[in-house]
Amino acid sequence: MSPLLLFSPDAAPFFSRTIKGMLYYSAAIRRLCDHGGTFVKEQLNEIFERCDGAPSDLIPILQDIQDVLGYLPREAMTETARFLNMAETSVYGVATFYTQFQLSRPGRHRIKVCHGTACHVRGASEITKAVAAKLGIGPGETTDDFEFTVEAVACFGSCALAPVMVVNDKVYGNVTPERVVEILEDLN
Amino acid sequence: MNFEDIRKRALQEWQEFQDPGKARILIGTGTCGRAAGADQVLEVIQKTIVEQDIEATVSETGCIGLCYAEPLVELQKPNGPRVLYGNLTEESIGPLLTDFFSGDDLNTSMALATTSAVSADDIPPLNELPMLKPQVRVVLKNCGVIDPENIDHYIASGGYAGLDKALQMEPEQIIAEVKASGLRGRGGAGFSTGTKWEFCRRAESDIKYMICNADEGDPGAFMDRSVIESDPHAVLEGLIIAAIAIGAEQGYIYVRAEYPLAIQRLETAMEQARQNDLLGDHILGSDLNFHLQIKKGAGAFVCGEETALLASIEGTRGMPRSRPPFPAQSGLYGKPTNINNVETLANVPVILREGSDQFSAQGTEKSRGTKTFALAGKVTRTGLVEVPLGISVRDIVFGIGGGIPGGKEFKAVQTGGPSGGCIPAELLDTPVDYEKLAEAGAIMGSGGLVVMDEDTCMVEIARYFVNFTQEESCGKCVPCRLGTHQMLQILQDITSGGGSLDDIALLEEIGHSVRLGSLCGLGQTAPNPVLTTIRYFRDEYEAHINDSTCPAGTCERLLSYSILPDNCVGCGACIRACPVEAITGEKKEPHLLGQALCIKCGACFDVCKFDAVLRE
Repeated sequence: MSPLLLFSPDAAPFFSRTIKGMLYYSAAIRRLCDHGGTFVKEQLNEIFERCDGAPSDLIPILQDIQDVLGYLPREAMTETARFLNMAETSVYGVATFYTQFQLSRPGRHRIKVCHGTACHVRGASEITKAVAAKLGIGPGETTDDFEFTVEAVACFGSCALAPVMVVNDKVYGNVTPERVVEILEDLN
Repeated sequence: MNFEDIRKRALQEWQEFQDPGKARILIGTGTCGRAAGADQVLEVIQKTIVEQDIEATVSETGCIGLCYAEPLVELQKPNGPRVLYGNLTEESIGPLLTDFFSGDDLNTSMALATTSAVSADDIPPLNELPMLKPQVRVVLKNCGVIDPENIDHYIASGGYAGLDKALQMEPEQIIAEVKASGLRGRGGAGFSTGTKWEFCRRAESDIKYMICNADEGDPGAFMDRSVIESDPHAVLEGLIIAAIAIGAEQGYIYVRAEYPLAIQRLETAMEQARQNDLLGDHILGSDLNFHLQIKKGAGAFVCGEETALLASIEGTRGMPRSRPPFPAQSGLYGKPTNINNVETLANVPVILREGSDQFSAQGTEKSRGTKTFALAGKVTRTGLVEVPLGISVRDIVFGIGGGIPGGKEFKAVQTGGPSGGCIPAELLDTPVDYEKLAEAGAIMGSGGLVVMDEDTCMVEIARYFVNFTQEESCGKCVPCRLGTHQMLQILQDITSGGGSLDDIALLEEIGHSVRLGSLCGLGQTAPNPVLTTIRYFRDEYEAHINDSTCPAGTCERLLSYSILPDNCVGCGACIRACPVEAITGEKKEPHLLGQALCIKCGACFDVCKFDAVLRE
């Protein structure tokens, strides 16, 4: 398209969508940069480019954003709502419905203690207590230095090796309070 | 591509895998194996064979189901016996390899079983192991035997022959065959699979959808994860056959995001199926098409319910809606949709390949075939089992599972997770089928079996499950949203020493209202754990309420700790272990526990070697 054509009446919708959209994007992305210090412009665009913008893309987009940023900052949800042309409340509604989505910045290491039935009867609460004693935080909390986040989760399906703890996606089976201390110390 | 050509190629590949002409090392690297340290063992294996110049092929397989003995490794010299070793560690695997391959020492004491026709001294054959002997493996036949990332292994073991056969049949014939087999939904509800397909087939629409429900949310269940990780093509084949039967060209697999390895293996399997013309346009040269996509769940238990699952695929909050209309008439995007569970679909290829008679030869009159169970909790041999329906609960827990470890007393087994109920000792001879379990107040459920012993408090277990359903309730139906919350409050009261006898009747009343007043399975079944524990363990409820004691000794608020001066040697171990400095005393003098400071954590009880800490 030649530059002149951009100013013709036919190009008006296109013009407003692109230039205004770009300005909006850059402002939102500047705000995003403050979260965790990661430069996310490319990632966000990459994620959006992979989908065709159907409403059913919402959950996969939020999952991808969380993969990249570790959580869902408000601005990223705003951008997603904009991209999918839906109300921000709808995006927020979905983000808060599913337990996978985190709305605050997690620690560098994510400690997930399984509280499935098998883990529960084989002493999962002792594991949570041992983690709390070591790190000083309970389920759903993050240490002040953003090193650790502790979560209590329902089931990883490794019930035969209960109790189970997952650290940064690595599954540890048959853990004991003593082993918890070892595993956490190895992380440093 | 012609299926016969594919099969020939696969058989050749399988032959090479079985007999590589050199030593063979097989390691199980399912999620369970990895959790037990299979990755580290594999690393040592790879290092050792290079260092010691052992010429061997190293392959990874899925889960054979002997989860209690993970990590598992199978070793074989050329033409020698195949020996399975369990409970390996980074330290033990190196010497074992050296002994096996260089020293001609089978290390019989470490061996679990032999898996080959060639026998070995004093090592029992695999299918003679007490855990495997009572099992009949149809769905799990390939698990732990084939390489799940190699489509040829699946085809060589009879895979995709069912699909090839289905392609020669009319859709109505496929449905008739599945109906004749008596297969019922393995996700828990137990509805006839063939009838479900028929409803969807009859619905008139230009677009239909076929969905595999792999959102295995029951805590304590891992059958579907194991099947997908160990034999993903079986699920794909069942899914494709179902799609042909109902006339769907688009499908989804809705799988939990908590199962990353299962997702990865499904993706690999789908790619291989596409390359072999088994998925996509013109399946095996026919004019049938089927396109499949994976949808990752985002952690909501309620999405295991059909209509909630559909809402989740559409990208909204996963909340169920009332039925009718059933998904078979109006499902995904308002189009006719059929949804089947992983295990149900994994049974379909066998029915088509070997005929419905073969399938229905197993099981009872109304519950045909076999069922997989995830055996976990307080049981000696935990793992994945598959038994003919109709077998007794006792045979599973004591025969296959080997009973309770540590000489403890069996108390109950929970079936069906938070939707199910507990089966007490006096009902251990109940046959496992859909109707008999329902009579006992439990349900078949998806197949989680969590065993509980004398140290498990049944009131606390009821509280645990209601806490779970209360958190997972989507909030749409008031009885479920508020009822589960109220039940939780009452159970919390009872487990912390409050509560009155009237509360038991109140729990039952609320339970019945929640069951009647909820739209979906989550609410309708949420009271089950409470109602069955009241039915079979009322005495435990009464002990909590009347005597303020917890017979199992697990409800912390009802326990008290004290030090027996006669047994205490004054070693100071409890003083060091106590997190709140409640214990005082001089060295070599009996210590004293200050009740006012005690938080009842039990740390002193655990560290004392002289039985000087009394818990009551």
